[in-house]
Amino acid sequence: MAAAGGARGRSSFQRRAGPRPPALPGTRPSVRHGQLLLSSGLPSLDCVLGGGVAVGTLLLIEEDKYGLYSNLLFKYFLAEGIVCGHDLFVASAKEHPDNILKELPAPLLDDTSRKELGDEAAAESEDVQDSMKIAWRYQNLPKMETSPTTYTKFGHYYDVSKKMSPELCQSVKQHRFYLHEELSSEPKMKAWNMNSGYARLLQSLQRIISQEGFDGSDPQKKQRNVLRIGIQSLGSPLWGDDVCCSDTPEDPHSLTKFLYVLRGLLRKSLSACIITVPAHLIQNKAIMERVTNLSDMVVGLESFIGSERETNPLYKDYHGLVHVHQIPRLNSLICDVSDTKDLAFRLKRKQFTIERLHLPPDLSDTVSRASKQDLAGSAKLLSSGCGAMAIGKKHLDF
Amino acid sequence: MRGPPALPAPRGPSAPPAMFAELNELLGASPERPDAGQFTLLRDTRTDGSFLVHHFLSFYLRAGCKVCFVALLQSFSHYNVVAQKLGVSLAAAKERGQLVFLEGLKSCLDLLFGEEEQPGQPSPLQFLSGGCRDLRALFDFVRESLAAGDPCKGPVLLVDDLSVLLSLGAAPVAVLDFIHYCRVAVCYQLKGNVVVLVHSNEDSEDEENELVVNSLCHHSDLILWAEGLATGFCKDVHGQIKIIKRLSLRQAAEQDQVQTYQYKIQDRNVTFFARGLSAAVL
Repeated sequence: MAAAGGARGRSSFQRRAGPRPPALPGTRPSVRHGQLLLSSGLPSLDCVLGGGVAVGTLLLIEEDKYGLYSNLLFKYFLAEGIVCGHDLFVASAKEHPDNILKELPAPLLDDTSRKELGDEAAAESEDVQDSMKIAWRYQNLPKMETSPTTYTKFGHYYDVSKKMSPELCQSVKQHRFYLHEELSSEPKMKAWNMNSGYARLLQSLQRIISQEGFDGSDPQKKQRNVLRIGIQSLGSPLWGDDVCCSDTPEDPHSLTKFLYVLRGLLRKSLSACIITVPAHLIQNKAIMERVTNLSDMVVGLESFIGSERETNPLYKDYHGLVHVHQIPRLNSLICDVSDTKDLAFRLKRKQFTIERLHLPPDLSDTVSRASKQDLAGSAKLLSSGCGAMAIGKKHLDF
Repeated sequence: MRGPPALPAPRGPSAPPAMFAELNELLGASPERPDAGQFTLLRDTRTDGSFLVHHFLSFYLRAGCKVCFVALLQSFSHYNVVAQKLGVSLAAAKERGQLVFLEGLKSCLDLLFGEEEQPGQPSPLQFLSGGCRDLRALFDFVRESLAAGDPCKGPVLLVDDLSVLLSLGAAPVAVLDFIHYCRVAVCYQLKGNVVVLVHSNEDSEDEENELVVNSLCHHSDLILWAEGLATGFCKDVHGQIKIIKRLSLRQAAEQDQVQTYQYKIQDRNVTFFARGLSAAVL
């Protein structure tokens, strides 16, 4: 099944569905709905989201209290774009996009993908060294090419302790939107009844999508690529929005209008978007409900920093909880729900991962009953998960 | 009313995948003779009720009614792919002129980024760009697209997610006015049907949305209320549906008829069963 397999000798198992579109780097079609999927840069998150982020959809991350971990997810998403050769669009009102791009985590590469990135010399020198001692017969076999095209690898791992090299970073096209630089330029739009920061961002996005050929609707000859859009801390006061400041904001519709137009832009173009929103700051929960309805995927991060759970022995292996609030139904009646809702995240020395939440083994005999039951109670509360809250203990659905 | 009366007979695999046959039996509806003058409210709580929209879309297209579909939440291709799974082609229906499809996401982009519009043809989502705050342009669009149709079969207005209008800045009163006008025009003048989806949540803080949902509930002839299970997510039971037939609207002495079933959504079909009688449990 090595190189001989390749592109020509296709097995009859493959589903033949008309002329296939030219392969785009770093994408794969979904088994369920045929939509192209991108990796979010975190394979464990892809798994939770039903395979990845579909092209044309919006992934909304509810920030944790200090924005530490949501920022990591944001950077993973962008770093994955660079490794796959996608174009990037980074918008922010807080940190300068240049700084965000400088701080991306370095990919952890195996030999094949290192070659992809043009590091051939380094890889070859390693090849010479690792001569086989035991299974030496296999040494003369041709090197296995796992994929005919260099692009098909989906989802990479990143080392958060290292920064991505500037050369790699520069290898893709980057578009930046820094609100405070854009404010000087004169907006030339009609009255949209929308916060001017959002309106400018939408205009800038629309211009890039139509000029750089990400528009899915008009057929173009030139090489197509995917645009990854990242918008940091949308809805924060720095965008000039007051949804975080008061319970009854003067302009409660700007954020939802922005998301609706963005949804329209995404749906007609070859792009995917990640947005982080400081949900815990938004006072009016009605706005957050509407924001959830208008996004495709909504994932909330709840870190233990500063909460009593930080010292709770139940959670000693984890740094926080992951709540999957929404999974999209694309081109089908059903959606890919993962079988467990109890998810937690953990930041190891190099990697950030999302895992199933397990109770730690109870090794001691001397643990008092009372505290154990407390823990079990809080674990049960957790498992109600995704939107549905357990209503009373007496109610039984079946 | 606790025990549901008779359960629909299970369908063999040979049954055509048009719409959800079990739901039709529960509602006593058939595409050969669709009702006239009905206002149906689809309401979802803690779950996604869009499968009901897909059902009614394919049902009325199969019945040969002229349909105006105001799709605010998803793109045309999404609805088209799902409708194909249910055995109806939206693209063909559109070409025949049977379906008028308003793609909200697209017309919103046209309105904001497009060229200067012609003065005689305002965009249906005119209210987005300021000026008038009411939904008159949207109503005019609905009325014009349904006016010219087969007179023997009533036309149908289908709205996917009225809650989006609120998110776009329409006032709750404007939304209620819009629905009222549509009801008068479609249900009474043209003897057609209106089907509307709304989200709702009892513990929601979205007062505007609750206002709209409550007052629509009060007026509807039929309410299909899909709820997520109170005890949380389950792989084999996706939720429960309350079918509320508002008999009290027709005759003052009658009681509303409420039936509750649980359902499971499959790739091309939805199965309904009495509470606790899921195949996975038995």
